[in-house]
Amino acid sequence: MTGEATRAEICAVACAEAWRNDGEILASPIGSIPTIGARLARATFEPDLLLTDGEAMLGQGTWALGARPEVIEGWLPYRTIFDLIAAGRRHVMMSPSQIDRYGNANISAIGDFRRPTVALLGVRGAPGNTVNHPTSYWVPRHSARTFVPSVDMVSGVGYDRAARAGPTAARYHHLRRVVSNLGVFDFETADHRMRLVSVHPGVTVADIAAATGFDLVSPEEVAQTRQPTAEELELIRTVIDPEGARSAEVGG
Amino acid sequence: MTADEVVAELHSGMTIGIGGWGSRRKPMSLVRAIVRSDLADLTIVSYGGPDVGLLLAADKVSRLVYGFVSLDSIALEPHFRAARQSGALEVAEYDEGMLQWGLYAAACRLPFLPTRAGLGSDVLRVNPQLRTVASPYDDEELVAVPALHLDAALVHLNRADPYGNAQFLGPDLYFDDLFCMAARRAYVSCEKVVVTAELTAAAPVQTLRIQRWMVAGVVEAPHGAHFTSCDPDYGRDEEFQREYVRAAGDPAAWAEFRARYLDSGEAEYQAAVSSRPATGPGAG
Repeated sequence: MTGEATRAEICAVACAEAWRNDGEILASPIGSIPTIGARLARATFEPDLLLTDGEAMLGQGTWALGARPEVIEGWLPYRTIFDLIAAGRRHVMMSPSQIDRYGNANISAIGDFRRPTVALLGVRGAPGNTVNHPTSYWVPRHSARTFVPSVDMVSGVGYDRAARAGPTAARYHHLRRVVSNLGVFDFETADHRMRLVSVHPGVTVADIAAATGFDLVSPEEVAQTRQPTAEELELIRTVIDPEGARSAEVGG
Repeated sequence: MTADEVVAELHSGMTIGIGGWGSRRKPMSLVRAIVRSDLADLTIVSYGGPDVGLLLAADKVSRLVYGFVSLDSIALEPHFRAARQSGALEVAEYDEGMLQWGLYAAACRLPFLPTRAGLGSDVLRVNPQLRTVASPYDDEELVAVPALHLDAALVHLNRADPYGNAQFLGPDLYFDDLFCMAARRAYVSCEKVVVTAELTAAAPVQTLRIQRWMVAGVVEAPHGAHFTSCDPDYGRDEEFQREYVRAAGDPAAWAEFRARYLDSGEAEYQAAVSSRPATGPGAG
């Protein structure tokens, strides 16, 4: 495999890392790059993950975006997914339109909920996901419009809101990481404020600060997001995304 | 029954649940019949797709209960967006699992079912009628999702017999059985009405998830889910869905769309759909 990793490939690997050590749970990626990441994680360091075909089947092996798994290992209609959410055996990666420093995330509506300036999808499963099992977020275009001081409609629950809502809301709440096109973030701080974990190659801490609408916790030494291995690049380019859908989600 | 006979049993002001999911296996022929009717002021409960969009565009809905409204391959539903952004639509936006719980509570004749979903989120802020409940067994405090009682439910299945035993042949039943059980009267449209013996001759008995005790009427509606998917009979008509979205963005184009597809009957709709020039990939 020749050629340096693109930003999209760095992002796919950073998404894959979200599922490291998750074991035998359902990885639910939303979007092309998280989907590449989840399939990559299972094909390499996290072989016990469960993956769906995006409809109602659990598939074995590693298949391309837009294709179907060759071997079906289970039936997972929406009702069973809801059961599995309540059982906690899932880690979802959603794509928020707004996210704040405590990880509150909005996929429902921008502006006043009663009369939004932009109506989005609705809260979907975000409220239940975030209080039942690990959740990560993927932001393909990091900007101060997405990383905001406060979100307009809390769909996915952040750390401050989970704590305030009481022990039942906080018991299974865990926001694992946020991956954007600029860097990787987590909430492993004393008060669970968002922390910069690593910058992608070619990105500076100042770039990220300028594109973020709140103060990030920033360690003195910020790591660089790791490069894909040769095996990972090969899998991304020839098996999982041979058509290059990843570069439509993240350029550069 | 015919679709118009189903609509004749419905009344303005009713709460109507619609099965399927997003832009998948929606009872679109029944929805189109409502669009043609003089029904108004409906409360619609749905994992929403173009069913919700068409009813909003026809001004049939005063209140909407949903977890999302999406066309799947096109994320945002244009009529839903317009209705929400106008501020005129009363809504109850729930977590997807809360919607299931509300239907299941109604099906089981329970006042509510408890769940963690919703805690800490703004679903509780924007739905101030929702209450929490203390567990009598430990210190848990849970959301009490109220039963979502439906006056009527509309679902579309692949096959049914004349008595209301109906079969899904695709990958997912979605929550069609819960919609039927939560309703005082449920109506099934289907691709094909067959004799009962043919149901188990064609597919395993586990596909017979809608049963006649849940169902008040059956309508044969070939291509009745169009333009949503009805696997394995047909997939989503992506080209038509794009045409729908394009038309929804402009009042004149929507008037034309309505005149071409919606103002006459279902037979005229299906004829207009099949007479479109081929515009798919590779078409000249």
